[in-house]
Amino acid sequence: MLLTITYTGRDTPDLGYLLYKNPNRGTQTFDLAFGRAHVFYPEITDTRTTAALLLDIDPLDLAKGKGNSEGLFDYVNDRPYVSSSFMSVAISKVFGTAMTGRADSRQELSDSPLDLSAEIAMLPCNADFAMLARIFEPLGYTVSYENCVLDERFPEWGESRYVNLSLRGNVRLRDLLKHIYVLLPVFDRQKHYWVGDDEVDKLLRMGEDWLEAHPERKYIVDRYLYRQRDLVGEYFSRLNDGVSEPEVTPVREPSLNAKRLDAVFSALKDAGAHSVIDLGCGEGRLLSLLLKDGQFTKIAGMDVAQSALKRASDRLRLETASERISERVTLFQGSLTYRDGRIAGYDAASVMEVIEHMDATRLAVFERVVFDFAKPRVVVLTTPNRDYNAVYEKLSAEDMRHGDHRFEWTRAEFAAWVKAVCAKFGYRAAVSGIGEEREDYGSPTQMGVFERCE
Amino acid sequence: MRIEIPELCIVALVGVSGSGKSTFAKTSFKPTEVLSSDYFRALISDDENNQAVSPQAFDALYYVARKRLELGLLTVIDATNVQEESRKEIIKLAKEQNIHAVAIVLDLPESVCRERNAKRDDRNFGSTVIAKQAAQLKRSLKYLKKDGFRFVYTLKSEADIADCEIVRTPLWNDRKSEHGPFDIIGDVHGCYDELTELLRKLGYEVDAESFTAAPPVGRKAVFLGDLCDRGPKNAEVLRLVMNMHKSGGAYCVPGNHDAKLLKHLRGSSVQVSHGLAVTLEQIENQVGGFKRDVTDFIDGLISHYVFDDGKLVVAHAGLPEKYQGRASARVRDFCLYGDTNGETDEFGLPVRLPWAEDYRGRALVVYGHTPIPEVRNVNGAVCIDTGCVFGGKLTAYRYPERETVQVEAAREYYAPIRPLAPTEKDEDLLDIEDISGKRYIGTKLRGRVKVSEEQSTAALEVMSRYAADPHWLIYLPPTMSPCETSDLPEYLEYPTQAFEYYRSRGVDKVVCERKHMGSRSVIVLCRNAEVAAQRFGVADGSNGIISTRTGRHFFDDAVTERALLERLNVALDRSGFWAEFATDWVCLDAELMPWSAKARELVVEQYAPVGRAGRDGTRAAVAALESALAAQPNGAGLSELLDRYREKSDMLERYTDAYRRYCWTVNGIDDYRIAPFHILATEGKVWNTENHVRHMETIKAFITGTDPIFMATDYMVVDLADGASVPAATDWWVELTSSGGEGMVVKPYDFTVFKGTELLQPAVKCRGREYLRIIYGAEYTTAEHMSRLKKRSLNRKRNLALNEFALGIESLERFVGGEPLYGVHECVFGVLAMESEPVDPRL
Repeated sequence: MLLTITYTGRDTPDLGYLLYKNPNRGTQTFDLAFGRAHVFYPEITDTRTTAALLLDIDPLDLAKGKGNSEGLFDYVNDRPYVSSSFMSVAISKVFGTAMTGRADSRQELSDSPLDLSAEIAMLPCNADFAMLARIFEPLGYTVSYENCVLDERFPEWGESRYVNLSLRGNVRLRDLLKHIYVLLPVFDRQKHYWVGDDEVDKLLRMGEDWLEAHPERKYIVDRYLYRQRDLVGEYFSRLNDGVSEPEVTPVREPSLNAKRLDAVFSALKDAGAHSVIDLGCGEGRLLSLLLKDGQFTKIAGMDVAQSALKRASDRLRLETASERISERVTLFQGSLTYRDGRIAGYDAASVMEVIEHMDATRLAVFERVVFDFAKPRVVVLTTPNRDYNAVYEKLSAEDMRHGDHRFEWTRAEFAAWVKAVCAKFGYRAAVSGIGEEREDYGSPTQMGVFERCE
Repeated sequence: MRIEIPELCIVALVGVSGSGKSTFAKTSFKPTEVLSSDYFRALISDDENNQAVSPQAFDALYYVARKRLELGLLTVIDATNVQEESRKEIIKLAKEQNIHAVAIVLDLPESVCRERNAKRDDRNFGSTVIAKQAAQLKRSLKYLKKDGFRFVYTLKSEADIADCEIVRTPLWNDRKSEHGPFDIIGDVHGCYDELTELLRKLGYEVDAESFTAAPPVGRKAVFLGDLCDRGPKNAEVLRLVMNMHKSGGAYCVPGNHDAKLLKHLRGSSVQVSHGLAVTLEQIENQVGGFKRDVTDFIDGLISHYVFDDGKLVVAHAGLPEKYQGRASARVRDFCLYGDTNGETDEFGLPVRLPWAEDYRGRALVVYGHTPIPEVRNVNGAVCIDTGCVFGGKLTAYRYPERETVQVEAAREYYAPIRPLAPTEKDEDLLDIEDISGKRYIGTKLRGRVKVSEEQSTAALEVMSRYAADPHWLIYLPPTMSPCETSDLPEYLEYPTQAFEYYRSRGVDKVVCERKHMGSRSVIVLCRNAEVAAQRFGVADGSNGIISTRTGRHFFDDAVTERALLERLNVALDRSGFWAEFATDWVCLDAELMPWSAKARELVVEQYAPVGRAGRDGTRAAVAALESALAAQPNGAGLSELLDRYREKSDMLERYTDAYRRYCWTVNGIDDYRIAPFHILATEGKVWNTENHVRHMETIKAFITGTDPIFMATDYMVVDLADGASVPAATDWWVELTSSGGEGMVVKPYDFTVFKGTELLQPAVKCRGREYLRIIYGAEYTTAEHMSRLKKRSLNRKRNLALNEFALGIESLERFVGGEPLYGVHECVFGVLAMESEPVDPRL
């Protein structure tokens, strides 16, 4: 919310000429789309002059027109008090001329490196604090920052992500402003506006002279452009004047997800299933594989999330599909904790990476819904192998792979469950692993292929 | 002529064109009961004589007929029906719907028909058509009974038609006008001693020697069949039941064993097994015409009965709703054998499918047939065959009391062929159709409450991904509306409007309760795990739940939940709560603190960061402005801006204080606080019949006070007409909120209050000025914000609050009333579905 720029040297009030803001005018206020910006000078001496840019954001305007989807977040919001993309926009609005380097009365000064420092209050740093130095030091700054606890009353809540950042260097004013302009959102990572094509223009313009040679260029560009691959690609291709950077595409191992899809598909195929229902179909990756194979004449996808079904429908282009495809594929919302007549009547059901998202206490119901009511001839089910978690360096012993996983089973636990289900509902099953196999840990995913005993 | 037809049947009018069928139909039936092929031809082609569209017209006609019959409505098919083909459809439909088909033939002289046709200018059938139809009719007449028409009436002249009177008779199974009370008795299987003991226990005057038993005044026994086989005294049982039946003291439906006995007695060959031999021998040994009497008795038994305005159905092996009050071989077979598909199990016995799992009917079905260790109610279908002959118990189910009375078997008379254990499948599993799509849920408080398809779609994900076992979820709390917006410039909410809401609606007394700032929780506690299993159907060894307002377990770890429930159990034990309220379980509405226990993520991710950034950010701005002002004491706008940021800085401090008050560190179970404020339900009772003072005082007397975890709630009764009472309560609120309290909830003195037919809000909240910073934002109190925030509309919120309140009370009523899980869950799901409705979250 507050940015100060201090010029140390002789005749430092000349900073006012460079910024086009008269130091002796008290406050100068500028209207912005989201509130106002005030410029004033906390210090004006011959040897040291500080200009301040203070944002005055209207929290109610911020929340307006956003609907209720975000809950209270819109109303109790840190945006008015931090240095974020709002600050970048304010810099370009209020100090736009200074950023171009034009200074009619002090051009020489503007073109020279000066002893400047900048204090950025409450920068939300969504990165390792060490990145502050790695980003700013190559640009010629001495970097210091102070961070603070989230709430001194509750030390157990830990540190906040906000830092008061100080930069000191011998740089041109325009460069300092451009660096801040580009790099605030790189750390904050929450732009208040839609990141579109014109962001590439801005980045090329504001990053001219310095970004190209920056050792962390990729990091900066990725984050500035919100990791939107097409925008990042566009940036690099335009940077090189239309010559696209030779994209290094190493021959990559297929992802675990791809292997899983492949394994489940093969299991369904080998089982000779003609009609298949994918329970928890998500966005329909398996369905689209099945659709391509003529063996599968009747395909259904069920998911509990309406949003997932919409994505599946888009992926399969069901809205505009031919009648034949429409007859072959059905999507519907359903839940594995309720009995559902619509699940019955298929040769096979697949249940990929679903059960670990259910509370263990609801599994008994799931078993009955699938193995007792629907009772397809074949059930192909996958779930993570907890034993394998030891291979993932980032996971501690108690961690699970996904925040929503309610449990992850070891191979022994899975095998025991499979056996119990078979005994209870009259199935026989084979258990195998999917993905790279490690001694002592098995494969990352385990799969059970159940077949109903006739 | 008197034409007797069953109340529910399909009537085919048979006669050539011009025989007067439509006129006859018009005078004999309701217009909507008559489906005429002419009319359907016209419906789909604009021309009732367009014979080319007959196939489509009949399709549509039978579609409508089927819908009517499914709903149990008599239906008349007005078409010539002279061809066997067309009648086949009618018979097929009758069989499918398990009803009788009746033919009424209008066999008028051909000349009359021809003459009538000639008079109609819209229809010019050649005389050949009439002649052809007449010939077909003549051929048909002989075969109508054989075709499958149960009753055939023929009217031969206009005089016959004019004279005839149609009388609708109830089906034999229709005893809707009998309201009981009944003592329904499960499979006796020759256990005479246990039967007489049970009857005595039920208050019957039994004379075991003369085989008579007289019921207590007004009551009647209902035997569920399988009177004989396997047990020791089959003839005695038959004698007693036959006597009771004869004297009008008992109803009896046949069981499969009785049916088999009948077959044998009539001379058909049946396999003499499963104890039949002994029964036969005992019957043979009886004197007089006993064998004949038994034959006649069983032969006369009706497959099932529908009692008490359709609220009670009895059948030996149970009966799904679509068969209730119907009559066909299929229905009779179901009554005798249950839901079978021809398969046999490993014991060689027919597989009995768990029909009750699918049962969603309105009537309570009481049945036997399948021996199980304990009486079991699945979806409102109660099996009371507790295997007396296998050494179990003989059970009577008292209706409408819904109590069981039992007698232990003296011994095992017959070794069970398959174990008595209930099949694991016999559960009240919920079906997607119990909750999905657009629904209208009937509530006592607010009539039919609509849940839209969008709402239920949104709720399905939440319910199935996050909610606890639905057996525990008997209530979700309704949302609560704030009071109207205050007209005081400093306040968004102030007590005046809360009092005014009730005063203006004729409520003269309200209860103000301190609002705790924690997280809403609903607590269900059973005295022990057995109660949980029996009453709630949760058999995992737990004895209760603490759930959130969306039906999730409040605590991720079961250990904390169990520990808190145990502390509550101890408190209730000590206070004598269980005995005082004659209950083994309780459902409480409570606030659980600290707020940070449940909302930690929210506090750490949102509230605290805003406080941190806001305090430091505004402080930095103040410091910079102070320097600037020192440098330029007269700098334009500097001092105004400094004031503005000082005020902001102050508001951010207050905001931080506000959220901090509701946070504290939990190091162990003793750091939690639970403030119950409603006793929602106990066995047999939904507590919305009690006023709020009684709730508060009962909680104080029986729950809080002994264990510091459980907190009483400060409250105050306010007489709205009293000039002193209102200001005192207002002062109380001011004091409460200025020292950091969230605010108060104002409730009418009585729990449920109507103004005329309008259900009033069960509560409105009035939140404190400082507290609201964490809702409306730290700076909401500035004049520029306040004026904008005051424009808020409460209508949607209030409507939602009432619908959810009505559904919440309904779910408790249904649970307490012993309704099946799906009925309770429907309401609970409805509340969750309503919560997906977008309303301003700040309200």
